Amino acid sequence: MKRKERIDRGLKVRTEGHYAISSLEEIGYLVGPRLLLILGVLLLPIILELAPYWKRVVNIMCVYAVLALAFDFLANYVGLVCLGGALFIGVGGYLAAIFNVYLSMPFWLSIPLATISGAFLCTLLILPCLPLRGVYFAIVTLMYPILISRIIEAFNILGGTNGISGVDSLPGEYVEEYTIIIVMLVALFAMRRLVNQDMGLVLRAVKDNDQSVRASGINVTHMKSIAVFIASLMGCFGGAYLAHLYMWAGLSLFALDFSIIPIAAVVMGGGGTLVGAVIGCFILVPLSEFLRFFGTFRIVIYCALLTGFIVFKSEGIMVYATRKYHQFERWVKV
Amino acid sequence: MSETVILSMKGISKAFGGLKALMDVSFDVFQGEIYGIIGPNGSGKTTLINCITGFIKPDKGHVFFRGDEITKWPAYKIAQTGITRTFQIMRPYYSLPAYKNLIIPLWSPRAKKLGGWRGGGRHGDRDTVAVDILEEIGFERDSRVPYKLASTLPTGYQKRLELARCMALRPDVIFCDEVFSGLSMSEIAGMVPLIEKLKMEGVTLIMVEHRLRELFRVADRVMALNFGEKIAEGYYKEVIEDKRVREAYLGSEEV
Ligand SMILES: Nc1ncnc2c1ncn2[C@@H]1O[C@H](COP(=O)(O)OP(=O)(O)OP(=O)(O)O)[C@@H](O)[C@H]1O
Ligand SMILES: [Mg+2]
Repeated sequence: MKRKERIDRGLKVRTEGHYAISSLEEIGYLVGPRLLLILGVLLLPIILELAPYWKRVVNIMCVYAVLALAFDFLANYVGLVCLGGALFIGVGGYLAAIFNVYLSMPFWLSIPLATISGAFLCTLLILPCLPLRGVYFAIVTLMYPILISRIIEAFNILGGTNGISGVDSLPGEYVEEYTIIIVMLVALFAMRRLVNQDMGLVLRAVKDNDQSVRASGINVTHMKSIAVFIASLMGCFGGAYLAHLYMWAGLSLFALDFSIIPIAAVVMGGGGTLVGAVIGCFILVPLSEFLRFFGTFRIVIYCALLTGFIVFKSEGIMVYATRKYHQFERWVKV
Repeated sequence: MSETVILSMKGISKAFGGLKALMDVSFDVFQGEIYGIIGPNGSGKTTLINCITGFIKPDKGHVFFRGDEITKWPAYKIAQTGITRTFQIMRPYYSLPAYKNLIIPLWSPRAKKLGGWRGGGRHGDRDTVAVDILEEIGFERDSRVPYKLASTLPTGYQKRLELARCMALRPDVIFCDEVFSGLSMSEIAGMVPLIEKLKMEGVTLIMVEHRLRELFRVADRVMALNFGEKIAEGYYKEVIEDKRVREAYLGSEEV
């Protein structure tokens, strides 16, 4: 006689958060998906030797993935709906261009420096808005990039509408690709670690109930600004990287796409899963590239798809897939 | 109970628009006592706690803690000096398991400075310390209860968790905003020893309660509020005999 058994049952019963692993099969069960993701992403540039046009897309996709991670972290773990993607990218990009072109720093100095100083600048800008709640906070973070790009335009500073050109490119295609891929993977796994560490728990508590956090002797504004700093670090790195990738920093770095697409990706991938943010970008960004073929009609297809997702699979791909994965069944003899 | 004043409130007033929620409320709390605050609904009890613990700013008045003025300090700073509170509308951190709820106070500068909890030792891992505190407050260590999501806990446990969150901070003063309400008689019977134990450990407790009979079993002194005014203070027998208190509670079968 045979009956169905769920593979994960033994694991689930024995553990609550910590996995006690007893067989190779179980290790495979747990590590498998992670390994698949890491190897898959690392192999992408090599596979895409066959289709060089798509290499660029992979780079940009990874930048979006980093932004989406930052958005998912702030929205679902700290409770800040931050539409600051364009702000982070723009500030990081312009700073990298300034460091590289005006101050002649090499790329390996301008990128990290732009990342850190950009994160400080963005955090400082967002700091006064931290007491705002929900949609008000979102709106203010969305206004900053518009504000800054209008200032650049109006005063004709930092190259005005032409932007700053002549930014050094990264040495070689593989450096270009693996820089962003590795940063993205590190960001993903570092984030997953952070949210389960004690500091991460405090941030999650701020989302659940900030009054109780205050009554526990913790400065909520301070915690929020740390979270915003972490997110800005990721976003500003993306911007600095893009400036070097395009060899140019211009107003399009403040484009609202950088604020909007990450949200769409997180909705699609599953909010609060972090991996979902990455997977969402891996679907949306190539898709929108593919749809270029349809000209302006692509927006229609894009919107229809997204709406469909929100209506029919609002939990997101990752939540759905995780559930299905944990319900894998096999036949056993009894 | 000593005669040292630990908390001293002087002339606290607070108005919400035209509504005077508190009018010139003054009282002293002694080190190590259980001080009860009673009063009909809407008499300003929660507002008083909010004013003292920094969650809202009083319009007038002063709060002194061990002789130092702490009026209008931010709430987190007041908590760090050792004055913490429970919330009448309790909301644990729903997305976290019960024991992880205690990581937040344990992570605060105050808990870090004072070291872990007795059970966990000075350098005890926070998770262990958290489970120790939960055990102390009546979560069965070997059951799954401490590891359940806080949102799935029954009310009795959530109330305990709220108190545990305060205890983790190793406070000097705890304001309890109706910790007994919504609990069954047997659940209250389980809570009373916890309150008494905290008192034994030297913690000063200020308890806002509607459950007068249970409050009077533990409280050393009681104050009565009505329409934002202090109408009586003293040993509970004196307070419930007071004419104004009887009038305020007229129609309430509890007295
Ligand atoms: N944030 C606020 N804004 C406006 N009015 C408020 C606010 N908080 C409290 N009040 C009003 O102040 C008065 C006192 O409220 P408070 O919550 O302090 O009463 P309470 O004694 O705690 O009552 P209960 O026993 O029902 O908990 C009430 O009339 C209430 O409506
Ligand atoms: Mg109240």
